Amino acid sequence: MSVKRFEEYIKKHEHDPERELQILNFGPTHPSTHGIFQNILLLDGETIIDAEPTVGYIHRAFEKIAERRPFYQITTLTDRLNYCSAPINNFGWEMTVEKLAGIEVPKRAQYIRVILMELSRITDHLICNSVIGVDTGALTGFLYVYQIREKVYDIYEQICGGRLTSNIGRIGGMERDLTPEVIEMIYDVLKFAKKTFKEFETLMNRNRIFMDRTINVGAINAERALSYGFTGPNLRATGVDYDVRVMNPYSSYEDFEFKVPVGTSGDTYDRYCVRQAEIWESISIVEQALSNLPEGKFYADAPEFVFPPKQDVYHNMEALIYHFKVVMGEWPTPVGEVYHSVEGGNGEVGFYLVSDGGRTPFRLHFRRPCFIYYQAYTEMIKGSMLSDAVATLSSLNVIAGELDA
Amino acid sequence: MAIDSKQVINLLLERFEGHLGNVEESYGMNTIQVKRSHIFEVIQYLKEEQSFILLTDVTAIHFPDYDPEMRFAVVYHIHNLFENIRLRLRVFLPEGNPEIDSMTPLFASANWQEREAYDFFGVIFKNHPNLKRILNMDEMEIFPLRKEYPMEDGGRVDIDDRFFGRSIHNE
Repeated sequence: MSVKRFEEYIKKHEHDPERELQILNFGPTHPSTHGIFQNILLLDGETIIDAEPTVGYIHRAFEKIAERRPFYQITTLTDRLNYCSAPINNFGWEMTVEKLAGIEVPKRAQYIRVILMELSRITDHLICNSVIGVDTGALTGFLYVYQIREKVYDIYEQICGGRLTSNIGRIGGMERDLTPEVIEMIYDVLKFAKKTFKEFETLMNRNRIFMDRTINVGAINAERALSYGFTGPNLRATGVDYDVRVMNPYSSYEDFEFKVPVGTSGDTYDRYCVRQAEIWESISIVEQALSNLPEGKFYADAPEFVFPPKQDVYHNMEALIYHFKVVMGEWPTPVGEVYHSVEGGNGEVGFYLVSDGGRTPFRLHFRRPCFIYYQAYTEMIKGSMLSDAVATLSSLNVIAGELDA
Repeated sequence: MAIDSKQVINLLLERFEGHLGNVEESYGMNTIQVKRSHIFEVIQYLKEEQSFILLTDVTAIHFPDYDPEMRFAVVYHIHNLFENIRLRLRVFLPEGNPEIDSMTPLFASANWQEREAYDFFGVIFKNHPNLKRILNMDEMEIFPLRKEYPMEDGGRVDIDDRFFGRSIHNE
């Protein structure tokens, strides 16, 4: 596959002795793309003159599938968007439906959600940051911090049974409560994470080679970033303090104290630093949530929407009826349109749901931050070296599943 | 200058009198219906004079049961980050001629989002620099998110899922 305008450009400059033009396929299955998407690059020596991105290699038509699924079955689709932080997407979708149906979720469930969302934010950011290290030549940090991710996945496994694609939580609250063992595990992970991240930061933050490879690489200013629809850490690295958790608090985020770290120049190093600072804020949020974890029920008192506990289904007629109705999608679904967004690992994950009162959504649109900000990649790498393009791509944390839906 | 969504809507209604439809609020967000001839001016005004600097989302909806003049809707979510006001703008397009102005001169992020809406619904965005399919393959001839295309083959007899979700005709 090649691009016509590249070939024309090469033809035009064929006899220029100062230039060495060639077309290079970067991707779709290249180790440093960390996902399946293609960039066709026009190179002059090692400098990138132009790029043409192609996406859609793992498009799975989630929006179409969602139009034929009962609401509770769509949670599994959201897992597969940003699979590095699946719980955030799961809870985001569940909160959208709760907003539509007007379900009031108990405080305990909201706090449990905050704990899990912040743990998944930590895993999402640590993958991104350690992968920047890998792409600039430091594999050690990557393998070292991956232990944290493994331990967090053990926690998901204890709570919901799943690991990568978690399907965690239910519409109206949580499926299971946090047991004392799980709380113990979370404290262990936090303790381990603090120690590990400290060592990781000692290795990376002021490392001369790492700084030289990332500072002023792939920079974008705040105005362009906003025009390109950047959100999340990538936008905050340019100096704009937009965070959905602060601006439109959901799931009791207003109860917690945390800072919104911002960068200045929007380059790869700033994105790295913002993510690293957010990890520390997330650890602090999890600690606050654990120490103030309210007592009470972990699912909402709305039997027409919430799955009853399994033991009741077998021994209680009413619970059996409600279980049957929820499984069959027999809901008193309100008619209306609702937009709900949460702060995902990469930015504002939005769910635009149009309901006509049927068993399934009439239309569901996912606002996928990766898809929107990946457009800027061409502009960010123009004029830079090929190896810088790799570092820029990993610092944007583009997840192919989210990009292609 | 603190301003809230009510004031913004009043300013819009004043300025674009006769070109806006009804305003409704659902679940904490105001939706304004805009005529397609003026959507570009409305968004330009919101961006340049009311600081709606983030175009959160662009998408389309297909309403097969509506009046032929309102078969498609293009929905914009736009966000004022300074005052934290979110607005939803909706433009209805007729079935035969689903054309609308592109927002790419105002927001670079509109580029791929509009390509996605074209890819799935066949909405034509005028003045778009590169309006071609983005997630589906280029050879595809249909616009798959339109309601007339069922998700599964209607001729299949081995499954009967009338009880799970919609029928194949989306009834």
